[in-house]
Amino acid sequence: MAPPSTRRPGFSRRAQYGLFLGYVVAVGGILFALLLLVVATVDPTGFRALKGAALDATRPVSAAGHGVSAFFTGIFDSIGDYLGAGAQNEALKRRLAAERRALVQAKATELDNRRLKAMLKLTQEVPDPVAVTTIVGSSFDSVRRLATLSSGASSGIEPGQPVRAPEGLIGRVIERGRWASRVLLVSDAASNVPVRLVRDGTPAIATGHGDGTIDLKTLEVGRNPFRRGDVLVTSGIGGVYPPNIPVAVVAAIDGDRTVAKPLADPSRVDYAMVLRVYQPVAGEPLSPRTTQALQGADQ
Amino acid sequence: MSRIAGSTRDVAIWGFRRQTVPILTTLAACLLDLLPIVAAAPLVPDFAYLVLLAWRLLRPELWLAYMALPLGLFDDLVAGHPLGQSMALWTLTFLIFDLVDSRVGWRDYWMDWFFASLAILGYTAATWYVARVMGSRVDAMVLAPQFALSVFAYPLVARGVIALDRWRLSR
Repeated sequence: MAPPSTRRPGFSRRAQYGLFLGYVVAVGGILFALLLLVVATVDPTGFRALKGAALDATRPVSAAGHGVSAFFTGIFDSIGDYLGAGAQNEALKRRLAAERRALVQAKATELDNRRLKAMLKLTQEVPDPVAVTTIVGSSFDSVRRLATLSSGASSGIEPGQPVRAPEGLIGRVIERGRWASRVLLVSDAASNVPVRLVRDGTPAIATGHGDGTIDLKTLEVGRNPFRRGDVLVTSGIGGVYPPNIPVAVVAAIDGDRTVAKPLADPSRVDYAMVLRVYQPVAGEPLSPRTTQALQGADQ
Repeated sequence: MSRIAGSTRDVAIWGFRRQTVPILTTLAACLLDLLPIVAAAPLVPDFAYLVLLAWRLLRPELWLAYMALPLGLFDDLVAGHPLGQSMALWTLTFLIFDLVDSRVGWRDYWMDWFFASLAILGYTAATWYVARVMGSRVDAMVLAPQFALSVFAYPLVARGVIALDRWRLSR
């Protein structure tokens, strides 16, 4: 149907101006919101105070406890388990086989380690975690994979710090309030974790796929170095994640594409440990001298 | 309760209820994001957007388009979306529905559902694009189950909103 020739709400000037002003405000608001989005894209850490305050304000609701979280997640899980019992059985069998292989590997590595350490007279140094906390929520209705922790700046948590569970790596802190913080999970498509294959040390990048799985990318051309059941650990390259934290196990191989499953399932882990950035220097800007040298190399 | 207001207090209470129920239900739907559910894949529909759509389609005269700005800001802050995402998309939705309403003479249940599905599709695609710009290069197919669930959840949400609307206007 053709629109009416006039959109005037009536003869009242006040009503006409009110309607017009409403549209002006709406369009102006959209432009302002788009500007905010551009700022958020250019500088993801912007509006830190505002977002931190919102995190803190909503924490009492979501920090009802891990029991509640497990209950709610359990509802979805048990439905999924019921539907996928057969496939799960198959997957578990595969995983058991993979795990057995990994165990043998680990025993061999441990022996090797002990021998090398004895040679170097090194003691393994495990740094203290910044905080031990619980995961209390996630962005379950959005395309991003983010989780909420129930501690923040008051426990010493800073953006950039890696988060792990006993089972494996969970992700990295991206926002923090005073009593709550937000974690970018390893399964988010914006998360890139440098990993290496436990079996032979092949380096790779683990990028999230957005649906709970992880894509593995390696520099090797022509041949896929991964096998189903391979375990990947952080390599320590890049200086954010400490080395040797388990990250994922290879679940499926499809030509060049390798799909892995994270070892730490954020909905099941009891505790999340926030660690210090492995090499804090890595996050700092380059020194003037280095910058100069690099620019010199460019010219 | 008597159907005739017995005092100015009754009138005030009913007036307050009539004006605030739509806003409060939308804000409550935003707060659903705080439920302690940890999910590996996006499956659960964005109920805040569904409730907003349902109110807009049921009562076009209720809100001017700019009402979506503060509601969207609240959703951005609570859900942890990049600031401005819901603000822009929700207001845009309202403007588009104003255009649609001026073009389409009447709407029934099926057309409401059809327009809501289109809006959900646009909204899902836009959030996907924003995530992509922000560095999260997700395969679009990952969002397909969530889109399908949202489309089928809309009639249920609309039912709830209609019941609330009846209660809001009852006396």
